[in-house]
Amino acid sequence: MISRFLKSREALLAGAIVLLTILIAIRFPAFVSAANLVRVFNDTSILIILALGQMMVILTRCIDLSMAANLALSGMVVAMLNAAMPGIPVPALIALAIAVGAILGAFNGIFVWKLNIPPIVVTLGTLTIFRGLVFVLSGGAWVNAHQMSDAFKAFPRAVFFGLPVLSWVAIFIVVLMTVLIGRTALGRAFYAVGGNPTAAVYTGIDVGRTRFVAFTLAGALAGLSGYLWISRYAVAYVDIAGGFELDIIAACVIGGISIAGGIGSVGGAVLGALFFGVIKNALPVVNISPFWQLAISGAAIILAVAFNARAERRRGRIILRQSEAAS
Amino acid sequence: MSDTTARAIPDRLESRWTTWLKSWEMLLVGVVVFVFAVNAYASPYFLNAWNLSDATFNFTEKAMIAMAMALLIIAGEIDLSVAAIIALASTLMGLALQYGAGTPELVMIGLGVGLLCGAFNGLLVTGLGLPSIVVTIGTMSLFRGIAYIILGDKAFTGYPADFAFFGQGYVWWVVSFELVLFLFIALIFGVLLHATYFGRMVYAIGNNATGALFSGIRVARVKFILFLLTGLMSGVAAVCLTSRLGSTRPSIAFAWELEVVTMVVLGGVSILGGSGSIPGVVLAALIMGLVTFGFGLANVPGIVMSIFIGMLLIGVIAAPIVWRRLRGESVG
Repeated sequence: MISRFLKSREALLAGAIVLLTILIAIRFPAFVSAANLVRVFNDTSILIILALGQMMVILTRCIDLSMAANLALSGMVVAMLNAAMPGIPVPALIALAIAVGAILGAFNGIFVWKLNIPPIVVTLGTLTIFRGLVFVLSGGAWVNAHQMSDAFKAFPRAVFFGLPVLSWVAIFIVVLMTVLIGRTALGRAFYAVGGNPTAAVYTGIDVGRTRFVAFTLAGALAGLSGYLWISRYAVAYVDIAGGFELDIIAACVIGGISIAGGIGSVGGAVLGALFFGVIKNALPVVNISPFWQLAISGAAIILAVAFNARAERRRGRIILRQSEAAS
Repeated sequence: MSDTTARAIPDRLESRWTTWLKSWEMLLVGVVVFVFAVNAYASPYFLNAWNLSDATFNFTEKAMIAMAMALLIIAGEIDLSVAAIIALASTLMGLALQYGAGTPELVMIGLGVGLLCGAFNGLLVTGLGLPSIVVTIGTMSLFRGIAYIILGDKAFTGYPADFAFFGQGYVWWVVSFELVLFLFIALIFGVLLHATYFGRMVYAIGNNATGALFSGIRVARVKFILFLLTGLMSGVAAVCLTSRLGSTRPSIAFAWELEVVTMVVLGGVSILGGSGSIPGVVLAALIMGLVTFGFGLANVPGIVMSIFIGMLLIGVIAAPIVWRRLRGESVG
């Protein structure tokens, strides 16, 4: 089992992250101080949550381009509500953010399920619709820190056992997803639907409904992230998390989740997001301008996907490959 | 994502006229007329030759890329890096300008960078057999990232006066150079897709790549050429846009890839590959240009327009499906 783990993509990715961290630490020892590592993890927490949501969708052979826009809309709803009525308790606002996110996700899911429209088209449309609705709702105005209640802002920053609540939420979601993906019929259904939709139908799985559930759950996680993002940075505006949808997909791709569906793991998605987090946080430390970040993450995505494709090619589809070679 | 298909076999074939009237392009023509009428009714400034000419700038550059993107999507691939190619091409043009390049050199660099980026995408997708959606998400970050490394938060300005012709010049009266160039490009791509052997290969690959391979089509080479064309068109768009704006920032053409894909899909090209037409995409470009221009005249902010573009995209795709459902026909 240990040797199988060592050969896995997760182990390789974890190794790459450790190596990267060691290289940075050789020049700048302060980077590996406990406090800084906690900060890196905390900075990456929201990306981890979103990558896990996206993972469910990608596993079922779909894609959700609207997650960042969903985050912005759900976050703006609770931020404006909090500004207008500071009396509403924070747990209620969090529940509302999750509910709004889930509804927006279900909206994507219903089009994919009932009308059979390709997910990339649906979420391309809802991406612009959600983002536009944020503008309509807020009138383009910002919700600033002084308009938010203290409890609203304090929740993700409160520290328990040395970690901020934001980090604990991410850890909680990781545990939840590990159980959901690995120990429930729904988790198996995600893999079955993405791996072979036709076979999934014959085993009694409703492909459309499974995809709908994946979109809804991903939306719920985007909604939760909406609250976390806005309360952590204590500001809400239209362009919040703009372009983040691609970071989420990139984290999944780096984490070895196959865009063709059916292949991937919770550990992979988490490590993919952490890889991003380490790079992002290390750049200023090693005195490289943040302008390099985009190019570095682009190169990382290309390398990761090239490597993944080779790993996948070696493993499966031997029969097909032989018959193709023979003909 | 339809995994099972069931089609009713008609007891007699429809006449050519009925097929034509029921085509996606006719639906789009209807939408164009509708949008045009609403605009003309809503704003007294709409029916003015110069205003209408201005409206074309809303879509010409994106539509040039959409022509090549349509072929790529019909062949079952996608390129999300087109806007990043514009950014990189524009940045390198700006860099060359600092070293004293003149207008011909600038154009050469713009087109050359587009071709090189397209070749890079094509090599990764066809050479290594990687999924294009992921590859081009990667190269999208890479290309724009390089633009950011070169430019940082600065901008290149001071393009030569004669360079401005590509984006600001008029060929005849209100007819802009960009519009003429776009129509010329549309004509070429229309002929390429609908009247040549190459076009038939593109459809064949999109419908069944393995089948196409076994019928002797060099699938990888055709796909590589399509990536080259998409890169080249992004280069052309980079020249026009840079000339029109007269400056380069690394954030230039931000998020255009989504609008280009929207244009192509709205134009009736199946995102799953295998079907679609150039006239459809041209009409879709016209619709998007008219909608954004009409909203602009009505002082509607750009982001609100995007809601309607998004609804238009989903609505136009969903409407025929819902319609068939309501009439009780089976849906493929």
